[in-house]
Amino acid sequence: MNLFKLSWKYLTFRPLSTGLNVLLLAMGLAIITVLLLMQDQFEKKMTQDAAGIDLVVGAKGSPLQLILSGVYHIDFPTGNISMEEAKKLTRNRLVKSVIPLALGDNYQGFRIVGTNHDYLNLYKAEFAEGKAWEEPFEVVLGSEIAKKSGLKVGETFEGSHGISVGSHDHEDHPYRIVGILSPLGSVVDRLILTSIESVWYTHDEAESEEVVIESDSLATELPVAAAEEPEIHQDKFHSPVAKTGFPETELPREVTTLLLQYRNPIAAVQLPRQINSGTSMQAASPSFEMSRLFELLGVGVSLLQGLAFVLIAISGLGIFIALYNSLKERKYDLAILRAIGASRIQLLFLIFLEGIMLTFLGAVLGILLGHTFLWVVISQNDQGVVSTLQAWIFLKEELWVLGYALGVGLLASIIPAWSAYQTSIAKQLTKA
Amino acid sequence: MLLESKKVQYTHPGQKTLAFPDIRLNHGESILVLGKSGSGKTTLLNLLAGLLSPETGTISLAGTKLSELKGQKQDLFRGKEIGIVFQKPHLLSALTVRENLELTHFFSKKEGQNLDKLLAELGLTAKAKSSVLTLSEGEAQRVSIARALANEPKLILADEPTSSLDDENAANVIELLKSQAAKIGAALVIVTHDQRVKSQIPNYIEVESL
Ligand SMILES: Nc1ncnc2c1ncn2[C@@H]1O[C@H](COP(=O)(O)OP(=O)(O)OP(=O)(O)O)[C@@H](O)[C@H]1O
Ligand SMILES: [Mg+2]
Repeated sequence: MNLFKLSWKYLTFRPLSTGLNVLLLAMGLAIITVLLLMQDQFEKKMTQDAAGIDLVVGAKGSPLQLILSGVYHIDFPTGNISMEEAKKLTRNRLVKSVIPLALGDNYQGFRIVGTNHDYLNLYKAEFAEGKAWEEPFEVVLGSEIAKKSGLKVGETFEGSHGISVGSHDHEDHPYRIVGILSPLGSVVDRLILTSIESVWYTHDEAESEEVVIESDSLATELPVAAAEEPEIHQDKFHSPVAKTGFPETELPREVTTLLLQYRNPIAAVQLPRQINSGTSMQAASPSFEMSRLFELLGVGVSLLQGLAFVLIAISGLGIFIALYNSLKERKYDLAILRAIGASRIQLLFLIFLEGIMLTFLGAVLGILLGHTFLWVVISQNDQGVVSTLQAWIFLKEELWVLGYALGVGLLASIIPAWSAYQTSIAKQLTKA
Repeated sequence: MLLESKKVQYTHPGQKTLAFPDIRLNHGESILVLGKSGSGKTTLLNLLAGLLSPETGTISLAGTKLSELKGQKQDLFRGKEIGIVFQKPHLLSALTVRENLELTHFFSKKEGQNLDKLLAELGLTAKAKSSVLTLSEGEAQRVSIARALANEPKLILADEPTSSLDDENAANVIELLKSQAAKIGAALVIVTHDQRVKSQIPNYIEVESL
């Protein structure tokens, strides 16, 4: 027998009151834990995915949408831009590098992104298997897609038009997998990468063969190319694709998004304005748009935080009341403990221990609940950003949650512990 | 002398001063404290246990003056050397019978008696793992006696240990206290106004309010 065990016995002697208080506290702390985890991982992901991208250029529309679709591949693209105009940007002295992206197709909801090898370098992609695409319709799978679809190098699949599941399939030109990337922990894990040419040619076929264009108006339509000569057709399908910069083409072509890097700091001031007012394109800065987004989300977050603190305060009060009430019933017990040799300090400890053990339980349960909740949310979303969050990463901040909870326990026990300390045994025991 | 109290006086706030007759007890001796209700019997017991400090006079147990011990030291001394049986058993209801006894060893930091043997002697072996809430009144009182004995104290104090018990149980409890005190060589002080007890312990003092 020791103080720990004794406190524990007292706690388990009142399972309902103990359980309720632990649960209340756990709820509050679970909310805080989820918020911490989400904030940490989202922010990390968001900055990581946008690393090396100073400016995103695309069709006019919502700048936030441009960023979400172009960098994070969440939202729908704002539209397409002409490649002629896009190419001019490469010659701008303020621009260090440009990576073009052509979007428009998906495979089971995973986006197919037409780009060049610079994109692989931007995210420092490494191959788990195979190599990068060299010819049209050769694709490289992000690690997560490879895992979820079970597709292997050498296998083929058909893309669907549009960037979300359920659109019709392109049946004529299956994509052939030539490489699978190692897990990067970035947006690339959820992308199917190929050449811009692949995306173009798929749509050439789709447009010429099918008159009806699906109602999915949000899906990005790449342009109808003029009918081509059959021999060129055969030829171009097997000629190597552009590995950097823009593909060569005689036809007026379009791309969806450009990822830009500034040459110098002045570019940050001048370039967005130049593009926004001087061209039919739109430029948006990932860092600016994301901080704007987080500001908007901040309101909801503080609301949740408020709720969490209310829950914690209530549970703190609950613990105080529980300890205080049980102390009344326990005055005799405390007097007896003194009579068999316990000191005042030990009784003080006993009550503090009870409060602290209660909140410790609440904290551990709360943290576990928070992680479990996140895990459930993640397993409900197998695509999209949420699916890339990790539920079982533990943060340093969670120690703060624990410390905070113990603080609540300590605070709630001060008065009961003090009154235990003050109990006069003689008086208590003489009372009938 | 094992227990010696000399010219002890005590005043409860707002009450008249209580003066107590001297007590001298050796190992294995027992004494009854008699007196009318409100005469100060419980007060004397609290003084002997060190739960109250006398205004004048001294109480010493095995050569140690109780009034000279302070705070934690006094608590520890009480835990080690004094066993108290209260009028009501006052067992800790969150614990089992055996755990109630284990507490005395923990708080007094003393090895004490073998608890299983003690429980067997008091006929409580079958109840060792039961919650104290399931005990009969007589059983509960026996557990509280076991608790007072668990540390093999030098002094056993009992405040009306028989008042809520029937004749047979009352006689048993006194017999138990006497035999156990004799076995461990402790002095025994029993406060009572229970006439039944007098036949078992002839030695007594009387507390009178002045
Ligand atoms: N904490 C206290 N504060 C004030 N007066 C007290 C206190 N405790 C006891 N008294 C008074 O001191 C006197 C002696 O009390 P005590 O409890 O010692 O009597 P007792 O002899 O044990 O009586 P009983 O036989 O009824 O138990 C009584 O008049 C009581 O009212
Ligand atoms: Mg009394």
